[in-house]
Amino acid sequence: MAFAAFATTTGPGEELQRRRSPIALLLLLPGILYLALFFLTPLVSLVLTSLQVPSATGEPGVYDPAFKWENYVTVINDYLPHILRSFGYALIATVLALAFSYPLAYFIGVKARPWPLLQSLMLVLVIAPFFISFLLRTLAWKQLLSDESFVITTLKALSVMPPDAHFTGTPVAVIFGLTYNFIPFMTLPLYTTLERLDVRYLEAGSDLYASPLQVFRKVTIPLSMPGIVAGTLLTFIPAAGDYVNASRSFLGGSDTQMIGNVIEANFLVLENYPAAAALSIILMSVILVIVTIYIRRAGTEELL
Amino acid sequence: MSMATGAFAERGADLELVGISKRFPGFTAIESLDLTIPAGSFFALLGPSGCGKTTTLRLVAGLEEPTTGRILIGGKDVTNLKPYQRPVNTVFQSYALFPHMTVLENVAFGLRRRKLADPVGKAHEALRLVELDHLAARKPQQLSGGQQQRVALARALVNRPALLLLDEPLGALDLKLRRQMQLELKTIQEEVGLTFLHVTHDQEEAMTMADTIAVMNKGRIEQMGAPEQLYELPKTAFVANFLGQSNLFTGTVVGTTSTAISVDIAGQKIVVPVGRSHRHSGDVTIGVRPEKLSLHREAPVIDPARNVIGPAHVIDVSFSGVSTQYLIAHPSLGTIVVFAQNMAFGPVAHVGEQVWVSWDIEHGFGLADDPAENPRFAADTDTKSIAAQRHAALIAELGEA
Repeated sequence: MAFAAFATTTGPGEELQRRRSPIALLLLLPGILYLALFFLTPLVSLVLTSLQVPSATGEPGVYDPAFKWENYVTVINDYLPHILRSFGYALIATVLALAFSYPLAYFIGVKARPWPLLQSLMLVLVIAPFFISFLLRTLAWKQLLSDESFVITTLKALSVMPPDAHFTGTPVAVIFGLTYNFIPFMTLPLYTTLERLDVRYLEAGSDLYASPLQVFRKVTIPLSMPGIVAGTLLTFIPAAGDYVNASRSFLGGSDTQMIGNVIEANFLVLENYPAAAALSIILMSVILVIVTIYIRRAGTEELL
Repeated sequence: MSMATGAFAERGADLELVGISKRFPGFTAIESLDLTIPAGSFFALLGPSGCGKTTTLRLVAGLEEPTTGRILIGGKDVTNLKPYQRPVNTVFQSYALFPHMTVLENVAFGLRRRKLADPVGKAHEALRLVELDHLAARKPQQLSGGQQQRVALARALVNRPALLLLDEPLGALDLKLRRQMQLELKTIQEEVGLTFLHVTHDQEEAMTMADTIAVMNKGRIEQMGAPEQLYELPKTAFVANFLGQSNLFTGTVVGTTSTAISVDIAGQKIVVPVGRSHRHSGDVTIGVRPEKLSLHREAPVIDPARNVIGPAHVIDVSFSGVSTQYLIAHPSLGTIVVFAQNMAFGPVAHVGEQVWVSWDIEHGFGLADDPAENPRFAADTDTKSIAAQRHAALIAELGEA
């Protein structure tokens, strides 16, 4: 027995790993298979498609395998305004959603703590829009804000808007739609961090000569950084690739097209698959770079 | 600008609470409290949980608003000032060190808010005072409990507040570290000369550290004075039992001389000096500390300078190294506690043995309490009953929420 005890101590790590690995692998298998099938395969296919050349037969919508990296240069030259516009709109919508959601989440998560019923009620109100498809909600906004709608005609009658102005089809309408649609994605992560915020830190801050504004800047904001990072990512990433709000059938117009609309048009209308694939890869890479820099700069690795 | 900004406090300021009361929905935490803490003193507010001591501290810090009354620091009315405008800093029970800042930035926080020169240098200096400068670059959660406590102390001390508030700052530390920190805190207070207001439920901690102790119970101050004074001459049964242990007996005054009163307690005559008794006629409660009692195995010789009780029987003996605690059952006086120094090896009396106890009449004290209110002075503040109180308070709190 004594020798057996010594034997196991020689390599406890190895022993443990060997014993643990089959179960761990088994549990990981469905996830790995799923990712391989539905993420890796399409990604590889997308990269291959983005490098294809039009078929030698000249038949539209048919492409031959190639290594034509110039496709990327072409799409950047053709669609640079759309790419920039996408990230610009997404950025503005993210900032607006944050400005709207932070006070809301702060109220629900901190100020409303003594009244749990009010907290639940307000959370339900934040989540309630999810019960209706966002396509329907966006269409409803289109109706509400169309040129003939009550809101716009009233605004024009009151001379708040010039008589020949439009709302739908403008960048303002698209950014409004993006902001509106992503507010719950911003509010919920903010709420979860603010709900856990220990108010004793705020008391300590004010005890140490910090005015309410300074407490907010130096204590509340840094402590809610995980929620801010999660919320802005959940808003910015899908907003940058969104093609519903900016679409002509919803709140957008011809000069508000975002990269998502261009990809959609190239895939489904123009049948220019390499261009659509290249644009998708560019969108994905730019988001990846932005997110990496953002998380690094936010310095929330240890708080997350 | 407010009085909090500007230069360091040269020395501590005195604190004056005038007619302070604090009512929360459903209960009164503090009732008409008047308290003056002289500048430069180490003042302890001692009491069981729920007695209103932490609320008092939060009122002084500005984290709560009093229902009535005024708070003056260094003669200036601060009742309507916000916490950040008061020349007061707090060492919180939970420490509340900012987790997103390094130890150094935590300590420099107050200095930066007041825009004082060289915050980093001063923060390092404060960390050197608590011997933690080598950990300045760490985050608070990388430190042990004792180290965090010292950082919290440095973070408050570095601002040189006229008044430093300590809210049970040693509660989370283990016994050995607590003893060490008690001594360190006392030394630091003497070095910097600031006014310390220390809130605690640990009577030993209060006695070790404070110049003056106020014993608080149910939102009122029961008694205030130097530790020796409170211990040797408690005014109420609550103080007599919260600050150490006491043997208390109730009886009627049967004789008074210019120097002493004699009290008849269930047929036994006990003498207490006039100067050490708050009441001199009618029903009184008198007491004596367990360590002042001597144990006799034979009836002691009658001595006019000593009170004698006996015979009685030993019902429990517990040996604790330095001393032995004897529980003695007297047929009409109930249980008497005796602490005896272990001058010999082991206990001198055994369970069941017949004994007498005696004490110097100069060691007795008479309480100011109305005995009718407290017919039996069972020690209701031992650790068990504090735990029971806490439990009840917690249940009440949960019920409210």
